Amino acid sequence: MWTTIEQIFPYAIKFTIPLLIVALGGLFSERSGIVNIGLEGLMVIGSFASAFTIYKLETAWPGHTLTSIYIGILVATAAGLVFSLLHAFASIHLNANQVISGTAINMIAGALTVFLSRNITGSGNIRMTNPLPPFDVWGLHKIPVLGPLIFTNTYWTTWVILLIVLFSSLLLRKTAFGLRLRACGEYPQAAEAAGVNVRKMRYIGVLISGAFAGLGGAIHLVTIAGEFNGTVSGLGFLALAALIFGQWRPIGILGATLFFGFASTIANVSQVIPALTEFPPILLKVFPYAITLIALVVFSKTSQAPKAAGEVFDSGKR
Amino acid sequence: MRNFIISLSAVVFGLIGGAILMAVTGHDPMEGYRFLFQGGLKNISRFGDTLATGTPLIFTGLSVAFAFRTGLFNIGAAGQMLFGGFCASIIGLKLDASGAVLIPLMIIAAILGGAVWAFIPGLLKARFNVHEVVSTIMMNWIAYWTIYYAVPAYLKAESVETESRALPDKATLKAAWLSDMFGGSYVNMGLFLAVIVVIIIAFIINKTTLGYELKAVGFNRHSAEYAGIGVNRSIILSMLISGALAGLAGLAQYAGNGNNIQIGVLATQGYDGIAVALLGANSPIGVLVSALFFGLLYSGRGFMNAMTDIPPEIADSIIAIIIYFAATSVLMNRVITWFLGRRRANAGSAVSGKGKV
Repeated sequence: MWTTIEQIFPYAIKFTIPLLIVALGGLFSERSGIVNIGLEGLMVIGSFASAFTIYKLETAWPGHTLTSIYIGILVATAAGLVFSLLHAFASIHLNANQVISGTAINMIAGALTVFLSRNITGSGNIRMTNPLPPFDVWGLHKIPVLGPLIFTNTYWTTWVILLIVLFSSLLLRKTAFGLRLRACGEYPQAAEAAGVNVRKMRYIGVLISGAFAGLGGAIHLVTIAGEFNGTVSGLGFLALAALIFGQWRPIGILGATLFFGFASTIANVSQVIPALTEFPPILLKVFPYAITLIALVVFSKTSQAPKAAGEVFDSGKR
Repeated sequence: MRNFIISLSAVVFGLIGGAILMAVTGHDPMEGYRFLFQGGLKNISRFGDTLATGTPLIFTGLSVAFAFRTGLFNIGAAGQMLFGGFCASIIGLKLDASGAVLIPLMIIAAILGGAVWAFIPGLLKARFNVHEVVSTIMMNWIAYWTIYYAVPAYLKAESVETESRALPDKATLKAAWLSDMFGGSYVNMGLFLAVIVVIIIAFIINKTTLGYELKAVGFNRHSAEYAGIGVNRSIILSMLISGALAGLAGLAQYAGNGNNIQIGVLATQGYDGIAVALLGANSPIGVLVSALFFGLLYSGRGFMNAMTDIPPEIADSIIAIIIYFAATSVLMNRVITWFLGRRRANAGSAVSGKGKV
């Protein structure tokens, strides 16, 4: 049993991290008042941008695998940021329905990236020859219990993302910027009256979500997928669910994404673990989604959703 | 009229965007478009395929549009479609009866399957105010995994593990005379079913009390409630009908255009339904026209890909760009308003000019 848990843990964390950073991006966007359902598409963009960059660098600059991966991740972050401008412009300046605009982002991302990768590689896929190598944290992986669970087979991206979550939590709760951003999502008219530039804050929120979603897509590529194929199989939508599950709080999101990470990993490996083979696999696969539905019902009464999220900002409205 | 102009300009922008994409990636846009449209319209058989490709899109487009009218965003047409198609396939494979009995039963099964799948998000929305976008996405994945395990367990094909047994011809919407008329195309009775449903839905929306109530809830649920309309009942009812329409899309796809269900695939028609509804301005006739237009792009892309080096995903890209411009129609609306305003001002100054003389 213990060895099983030891094996599952690194996998579950590996699966959690992209979800976590994307959900955190969604948090910035929704806290500023813009629902970003385009996270899925922005992840695809990130995945494509990193796969393309790494593919090109591997041929143009052989022998620098790790550096290429770092550059790929940075490019993906930038690509997600730039692409999210489309959503920001439509929903902030053009008063578009945010859900529809996000849907358009998803469609454009899915179609455009496969179109481009077909032009580049001939097939719709871009393979990475070397994924990001995992490592054991020096010294810490010898700690009993915690060592094998948390500090073995980790990726440096995991630690960076955890730092970003911690930093975001402080940023949102302890700084003037965080207060202003949240005010724009709760009562933008009041924020404007207090001298906050609502449109600017919302742009910042959406751009952060785009950058984080691109980053998440890249991490998914270099740690899990290893190949770009035009989809991130619904992870962006799952991140959206994790955002609600975590009640729009960074630490809540951490818990929710860990839950999804473990639930999915257990469902994926259930066939090889004797203790789990008695469960029908369908139950394990459906479990995370069914739990989300139940959680939505449970939280519906006490929901902490930003009050103005999804609404068009009309500064004359009271 | 204004909606029509907005949709038309979105299409024009989409085609221009597609042309730019082709040009940037080193292809000839004119040649690409020529083969794209030839591929969908060149002869009667290709035209039939275009109609067939558009058929499921008519249903999913109607599904999304109908929910939209009540202010609901049904993003889960893919899951409802899959489950509706699965229910219909069970009837078609397990029941031994003549075609005249089977087809109506399959239609009912598809309607019920889709409606059940949409009922849960509808109930959650009405009763607990759970946002339907998230709940329908969750339902999509639940449908995906349910079918993933249910098809091999109950409807397994003889040799292939990943798809259901092929339906016998009597249990599909195929009609030999129709296929012959279109020179061997796979167009089927689903198209007629779709046209009938478009008429029924147009009637419900425009001519009945039910349609009026659903639209009222969509415009402003508080004032609808004040006027004595049961808002919760309307939300559930709207989702039921929307789901039933998506279920019919499943029938048209899995027992019309195709004859089995593949596991591990959420049909793209579900998501494209959003695009169809949006371009069709949520009106049944608009949905019909835009579904056939998208059907043309989808059925022509294979031919284009065979004749040129342009990847078939150009069709998806064009559709996606169209949707972005349809979503930002406010911009277009402003241009039209400005244009009309200027014309009116011109006419006004002309009249006052005459007065002076």
